[in-house]
Amino acid sequence: MGLIALPIGFCAAIGLILAANAQDTAMYVHGLMFFVGSILAGFWVIKSTTGAPKAAAPKTPEGFNDGVVRAGVIASTFWGIVGFLVGVIIASQLAFPVLNFDLPWTNFGRLRPLHTSAVIFAFGGNVLIMTSFYVVQRTSGARLAGNWSPWFVFWGYQMFIVLAASGYLLGVTQSKEYAEPEWYVDIWLTFVWVAYLLVFLATLWKRKEPHIYVANWFFLAFIVTVALLHLVNNLTMPVSFAGSKSYILWSGVQDALVQWWYGHNAVGFFLTAGFLGIMYYFVPKQAQRPVYSYRLSIVHFWSLIFLYIWAGPHHLHYTALPDWAQTLGMTFSIMLWMPSWGGMINGLMTLSGAWDKLRTDPILRLLAVSIAFYGMSTFEGPLMAIKEVNALSHYTDWTIGHVHSGALGWVGLVSFGAIYYLAPRMFNVTRLYSVRMVSWHFWLATIGIVLYAAAMWVSGIMQGLMWRAYDGLGFLQYSFAETVEAMHPFYVIRLIGGLMFLGGALIMAYNVYRTAKGDQRTEQPYAVSNAPQAQVQGAVS
Amino acid sequence: MVEQQHDSSTETPTTGHVWDGIRELDNPMPRWWLTILYASIIWSIGYMLVYPAWPLVSSYTKGFFGYSSRAEVARDMMEAKERQKGNLDKLATASLEEIRTDPNMLEFAMAGGRAAFNVNCSQCHGSGAQGFVGYPNLNDDEWLWGGSIEAIHRTITHGVRNADDEDAHQSEMPAFLKDEILTRGEINDVAEFVLSLSGGASDDAAANRGRGPFGENCSACHGDQGQGMVDLGAPALNNRIWLYGGDKPALIETISYSRKGVMPAWGKILDPTVVKQLAVYVHSLGGGK
Repeated sequence: MGLIALPIGFCAAIGLILAANAQDTAMYVHGLMFFVGSILAGFWVIKSTTGAPKAAAPKTPEGFNDGVVRAGVIASTFWGIVGFLVGVIIASQLAFPVLNFDLPWTNFGRLRPLHTSAVIFAFGGNVLIMTSFYVVQRTSGARLAGNWSPWFVFWGYQMFIVLAASGYLLGVTQSKEYAEPEWYVDIWLTFVWVAYLLVFLATLWKRKEPHIYVANWFFLAFIVTVALLHLVNNLTMPVSFAGSKSYILWSGVQDALVQWWYGHNAVGFFLTAGFLGIMYYFVPKQAQRPVYSYRLSIVHFWSLIFLYIWAGPHHLHYTALPDWAQTLGMTFSIMLWMPSWGGMINGLMTLSGAWDKLRTDPILRLLAVSIAFYGMSTFEGPLMAIKEVNALSHYTDWTIGHVHSGALGWVGLVSFGAIYYLAPRMFNVTRLYSVRMVSWHFWLATIGIVLYAAAMWVSGIMQGLMWRAYDGLGFLQYSFAETVEAMHPFYVIRLIGGLMFLGGALIMAYNVYRTAKGDQRTEQPYAVSNAPQAQVQGAVS
Repeated sequence: MVEQQHDSSTETPTTGHVWDGIRELDNPMPRWWLTILYASIIWSIGYMLVYPAWPLVSSYTKGFFGYSSRAEVARDMMEAKERQKGNLDKLATASLEEIRTDPNMLEFAMAGGRAAFNVNCSQCHGSGAQGFVGYPNLNDDEWLWGGSIEAIHRTITHGVRNADDEDAHQSEMPAFLKDEILTRGEINDVAEFVLSLSGGASDDAAANRGRGPFGENCSACHGDQGQGMVDLGAPALNNRIWLYGGDKPALIETISYSRKGVMPAWGKILDPTVVKQLAVYVHSLGGGK
């Protein structure tokens, strides 16, 4: 108690000092937020240590720390809804620009990073922290290291999200895609991330199993690499100690290369490696089948993490980036194809002997279809990295379609599967409130993704073809405005797809809420041939 | 030591490890998977040999035929120019009238003019040249600075009221209220009179009162019947084509504070043959005076 008061008091003081000396509104607001956050943390610590014993660190019969995982279920669901909602809003703005409302806080330029950060870092990040903390305890047979540290990781990360999101709305950005937060938010995230790494490593260190399970290799690769990416890409010089503005160390094409080394590996390690960790635990558990091939998991893990880190330059084809770097980016992307597919094979083949469960278990269906989308996106990625293909696809909506078939299809669905798996276990009830609602969620999300991705493929390829169309006499066929006009119907279809995806997530939020309350919907169970209902619906195993 | 087991449903041995109930089968890697992995590595090595690939101390490996994307772009641009060279050369020396009457040159100039219009002009005049408030419609036969092909060419070349070209069209309408030339009442009457020229007045008495001030202040440029004057870019007021809106509030705003539309001198930005193409294209849109 005494020891923990020190850093919390220090944080509160820093927040006050920043607010008092703030050079701009953003720093003033953020200083105060940081101060209030620290004070709340202080109250919470006092209440937890003086109230009911061990309230902050509840134990399961096996001695695991599930409190922070339970909080993760709630946070993931909440941030998912926020991120999808902002996505729907900006999709509407693209289809109907009047919805920008001519206000600085509501225009596309500020809401777009709010959407990307909310879905990747707020939703995806919380899902990763939640699942990695759950999985590392189960597969190591060890309680999460530290009592306060996991909670610092969780709440510190929420603080990072709130600082980043409010900063975007106030117009604070360092203009680096997926790394928009300014220097002071970056420093805060560094502390949180190092704590995350230490908690994870220390838990692995205490493990009772002789070997480290494959899911934990992926989680560890994700945590370590993201730390490295974050540090190098965000090397900036602040203009003043209490001002939000900073200047990046890199300049020109070097900045572009560092940015896309970061940006591509944010996809590779945050959204791929981390979520493969999720897949490697929840698919075998939900299917109750062994992992298909241990050898494949080793080879595809090492080849994936070795090759991914070099693929970033494919974001800069036909730019000022030297040709040799473009060649490396392209070839490493192509070599990455099979290592990515190794995960898909291992995931899907784990279902062999359990395919019949897809009919009756919508959670397993979410997981299986997420793997299918993973396979599709990781084929499309290397394809788009080929320079000739990229010449058509670059800067078009095809890229947006590609990202979303991965983000909604792979990351979204595998996360929903994990949330549905964890919800009844974390709230100590025998089953989910409703399995039929999971099925509704599955169909809404899947059809929504198909509408979204198909609309963007068509509009992206059309856009690319229109840009490069010449008439017989060698003149450009279309003006830019004509290509924008041609894309309008597809923007509307995309919006409909997004609304369906959001609708599915709202159903999930309701389902999780009722599950947490301990309610069970009376509904006709799925016809199950050979397994008891409780097993399919995920009783505590 | 871990104990190897067999999976009951597939008869495959497991590795013997168990984590939270999860076992791993000891399946080999799929052969097709390994084959494609090796093939993509071999293909990539081949590609790296052919194309620039590896950084050296002060240079990089150039590949078999010294490929460079900059050289490729330069060559593509050169080829594109080469393809148009014959037509462009003919356009450069031909007069506007010759271009307009020669079917081959006309076809080329129309295609080029349309493309150049879409890139440079459509932002203000609209992609259908329909214009917006303050930006003239180029499809009608009303021309502020003249609708002959030569006049259009001159307007595009030098622009209107810009500071970049001393030959730009210049003219300035007084701001009758701001400069305290007319009172609000008089401006109201003049507006009614102007509306009456195209049969749109709502208050005949006011329109009659406005005739005097109009004659004294406006007719010098706009003509005593409001027929306009091309030399000064003074719009005709006796039709229903309005650049800044033809309802009474818009007219009062115009008379009170004046209007000063600006157009860049494209002769300083674009190639002379492109300006010619634009003149031919724009001339074809409107009344073709």
